[in-house]
Amino acid sequence: MVDKEVQELEKAVEEIWEVATTRFGLDPFPVRFEIVPASVMYEVGSYALPGRYSHWTFGKAYHRMKMMYDFGLSKIYEVVINSNPSYAFLLETNSPTQNKMVIAHVLGHIDFFKNNVYFSKTNRRMVDEAALHARRMSDYEFKYGRKVVEEFLDAVLSIEEHIDPNFFIKKPVERKDDEADKKPQRREGPYDDLLSKAEIEKTSPDESLDRRHKPSIEVPEKDLIYFIMKHSPSLEPWQRDVMAMLHEEMEYFIPQLQTKIMNEGWASIWHSRIMRELDLPTDEHLEFAELHAGVVSPHKGQLNPYYLGYKIFEDIEKRWDNPTDEEREKFGRRGGEGRDKMFEVRELDNDISFLRNYLTEEMCEELDLFVYELVDDEDWTVTEKRWERVRDQITANKTNFGFPYIEVVDGDYDGNRELYLMHRFEGVELDMKYARKTLEYVHKLWGRDVHLETQVDEEPLIMNYDGNEHDEE
Amino acid sequence: MSVQRNDWSLQRKGQIDQDRHKERVRDAIKKNLGSIVSNESIILSDGKRVVKVPIRSLDEYKFRFDYRKKKHVGTGDGDTKVGDVIGHEGQPGGPAQGPGGGDQPGQEYFEAEVDIDDIAKLIFEDLHLPYLEEKAKHAVPSKTTKFTEIRRSGILSNLDKRRSLIENIKRQARETGEAHIGPFKKEDLRYKTWEEQMTYESNAVVIAMMDVSGSMGEFKKYIARSFYFWMVRFLKTKYDNVQIVFISHHTEAKEVTEEQFFTQGESGGTVVSSAYRLALDTIGSRFPARDWNIYPFHFSDGDNYYSDNDEAVKLADELIGTCNLFGYGEIGEEGASSYRRSSGALLSIFKDRLKSQDRFVGVRIDDKEDVYPALKEFFGKRGEAA
Repeated sequence: MVDKEVQELEKAVEEIWEVATTRFGLDPFPVRFEIVPASVMYEVGSYALPGRYSHWTFGKAYHRMKMMYDFGLSKIYEVVINSNPSYAFLLETNSPTQNKMVIAHVLGHIDFFKNNVYFSKTNRRMVDEAALHARRMSDYEFKYGRKVVEEFLDAVLSIEEHIDPNFFIKKPVERKDDEADKKPQRREGPYDDLLSKAEIEKTSPDESLDRRHKPSIEVPEKDLIYFIMKHSPSLEPWQRDVMAMLHEEMEYFIPQLQTKIMNEGWASIWHSRIMRELDLPTDEHLEFAELHAGVVSPHKGQLNPYYLGYKIFEDIEKRWDNPTDEEREKFGRRGGEGRDKMFEVRELDNDISFLRNYLTEEMCEELDLFVYELVDDEDWTVTEKRWERVRDQITANKTNFGFPYIEVVDGDYDGNRELYLMHRFEGVELDMKYARKTLEYVHKLWGRDVHLETQVDEEPLIMNYDGNEHDEE
Repeated sequence: MSVQRNDWSLQRKGQIDQDRHKERVRDAIKKNLGSIVSNESIILSDGKRVVKVPIRSLDEYKFRFDYRKKKHVGTGDGDTKVGDVIGHEGQPGGPAQGPGGGDQPGQEYFEAEVDIDDIAKLIFEDLHLPYLEEKAKHAVPSKTTKFTEIRRSGILSNLDKRRSLIENIKRQARETGEAHIGPFKKEDLRYKTWEEQMTYESNAVVIAMMDVSGSMGEFKKYIARSFYFWMVRFLKTKYDNVQIVFISHHTEAKEVTEEQFFTQGESGGTVVSSAYRLALDTIGSRFPARDWNIYPFHFSDGDNYYSDNDEAVKLADELIGTCNLFGYGEIGEEGASSYRRSSGALLSIFKDRLKSQDRFVGVRIDDKEDVYPALKEFFGKRGEAA
C-alpha cells in the first residue's frame, strides 16, 4: 500500500469518527490503526494481545489461522485491542470498502469497551503489562529452562478459565507468596505512642503460634488459579509469579467472554448505520451490502453472535421506540426512547442478562431458535422449541463462560494439605477423559493428592489422583 | 487518531511459537511411533510423501462438559420443528463441527501432517543390519564429509568459536600477562575444515518371504506388508547397495516383483518349505555367501501343513547356516494375546527344534502396535560389532 492509500484511510477514519461520535453519540477511546500483513494479523489474532508471552498453544492457533487464510477458507478482517488508546489492526489486503466497514465496526467495539460496566475494571494498559509479562516469562525460561516453564504453563493454562470474574471486589492479587514467611503482626493501635516498646512486644501475638503449619484457608473458593497460587504447598516463588501474571491476563479477557454476543451485536449495528451515512459510490455500496450480509447471517444449527446480538439490539430499539399499548400502560414507556434504551443496555448488561431480559418470544420465533441434543447416541435432534426453555438453555450454556463451575471446598483435606475440588453439578456431566488429564495438571500445581467430586449417571463420583494413579469411587 | 503502516518484516513471534508447536508434534510422533508405524494412511500411502496421522497427546486439556451429553441451542431456517434431525454424530458438517457458543470441544485430536521420510528417519535411527561382515567382492565405496581439522584460514561460516576464543585468551595472556578475553585479531581466529572420506560398505541381500495362503486374512497380510514396507524403506535409505529378493508362497513359492509382493492376493494352503527351498536355490545361484551378507525374513501365520514341519525346520537350519541372520515373524489373530496361540504354530517349533538359535530371531505379532517392536527386534542394536 502506498502512502496515498494511508492518507485516504486517514481521511476515512476522520469521517467515520465524526459520524460515530457526533451523529450517533458513540464514545470510544482514541484509536491507533495499524495496517499489517496477514502474518501479523494472525499473530495478534492468535495471541489475543500483541507482544504476549510465548507458548506452543499460541503457535498452534497461529498455524491453524494462517493455514485457513492461505487456503482461502477464512479471513480475519480486523483485530481490536481493549486499551486506552485502543489499537486496531487492518489487513493490508483489505479493499477500501472493507477497511471503512472495519473501522466503523471497531469504533463500536471500542465504545463498548469504554462504556460497558463489566469492562470498567479492565487494565487499559494491558498491552504494556502483557509485554512486561512476556519479559518476565522469558527471564524465567532463561533461568529455569524453556521446557520447565512450558510444562508449568501447560498446567496453569488447563485451569485458566477458573478464576472469579468479580475478583476485584474481593481482594487484591498478591504477586508472590511472601505471606507464609511473614511473622504474625500485632495490629497497630491509636495509642501505640503511649506504650513502651516492651509493652508493645508483650501484646504482640506469640510467634510460636506460627500460622504457617495451620494455614487459615477460606473456602469455598471459585478462583482456582488464585487459591492454588496462594496456598499450594509446593510452588516456587517464580511459579506463583507466573500464576499471578496469567491471572491478571485472564481478568482482562473475562469481560470479553462475558459479552461476546452484545459486543459483536453492538459493533455490527453501528458499522451498518455508519456505513449508511457515508457517501459511498455505488460499487462500494454493493460490496458493503454483501460483506454485511455475510457477517450478520444465521449459521444453521449454531449461534452466530454477530447475528444474534444485532437482531436483539435492533429489536430493543424498535420496542422502545414504538411500545405496544400494554407496554405503555404497564411499564410507562413513552415511545421514542429506543436509542437511549440501547445505550443503557450496552452500559449495564452482559450476555446472560441481555438474553434473559431482551430475548422475547417473537424474537425466538423470528430467529427460529431451538434446543437440540444427541438422541440414541446417533442423531442430533431438535428437542425443544418453547421460547422460555430455549432462552433458559442459552443462558445456562453461557453461565461461567460455558465451563463447568468448580470450586475448592477444602485445601487441607484429610488433614494432609490435599486439595478437594467440587464440581457444582447442574445436569451436564464432565468429559471424563479431559477431567482426568486436567486433574493431573492440578496435581502438578498443588503437589499433593487432588480430588474432584462430580456426578456421573446421577451418582456422586469422587475422582482422586495421587501423582501416579487415578482412582474413582 | 492515527493510521500507521510500519515495517513488520522482522516480526516472527507467531512463527517461533509455531516451531515450538511443531517440536511438540515431533516429540509426540516419537512417543507414538508404535501406532504410527502401522498406520493405514502411511502403509497405503501410494507413494505420497506427506500423510496425516492422528496425534492424541497434543490436546489442550481442560475441565469441560461432555459435549455429547449437553443440550445446545441453534438457529434454523424458520420452520424447525421438534423432532427434526439436524445432523448425525461423527459426521463431518454436523452441528458438532462448527464454531459457536464457545462451548464446543476442540478437535478431538490433532492431525499432524508428517513427511514419511521424517518418520522413517526417526524409526531407522537405531536400526541396522546385524552381523554385517566384510565380504570379498562388490564392495562399493561411498563418500562422506567430516570436519576433521582446524586451520588458521578458512571460510567465516566455518569459524570455530570456541577455539578462537581460547586463542584470544592465550594471546592476551602472552601479551598482558593476564588471561582474559580482549579484542580479537585476525591471528586468533581458527577455522574448521573438512576432509572427504571414503567408506566401504559390504554387499547384502535381503530375502523377503511372505505367506499369502488363504489363512492369511486381511489383518495378517496388512501386518506383513507394514513390516516389509518399513524394511524396504529402511534398507534403501541406509544401505546404498542392498538387494532385495521378494518371494511369496502358499503351497508353492515364486519370486515376484516388489509391486506384486505388496499388492497381490492369493489363496490356498501353506507349505513353508517351498519358500525356504526357493530361497536356498536363489542364494546358491545368485548370492554366494562368500560375497554376500544374506538376510532371509519370513512372515506367516505359522499355520503350516503338519507334514511339512520337519522339512521346514531342516531347510531353516540350512538357511541359517548360510546367512547372517534369519528372521521369522508369526502373525496371530487380530487382538489375540499370546496365550491363545495355536499349538502347532511354526514359531514354537522353530524355537524348540532349530539347531542354531543365535542367528535366529522369531517374533510374534498380534497387534498393529507390535510391528515397530518387531522391526527393532530384527534390526536393533546387538552386542556384536557390525
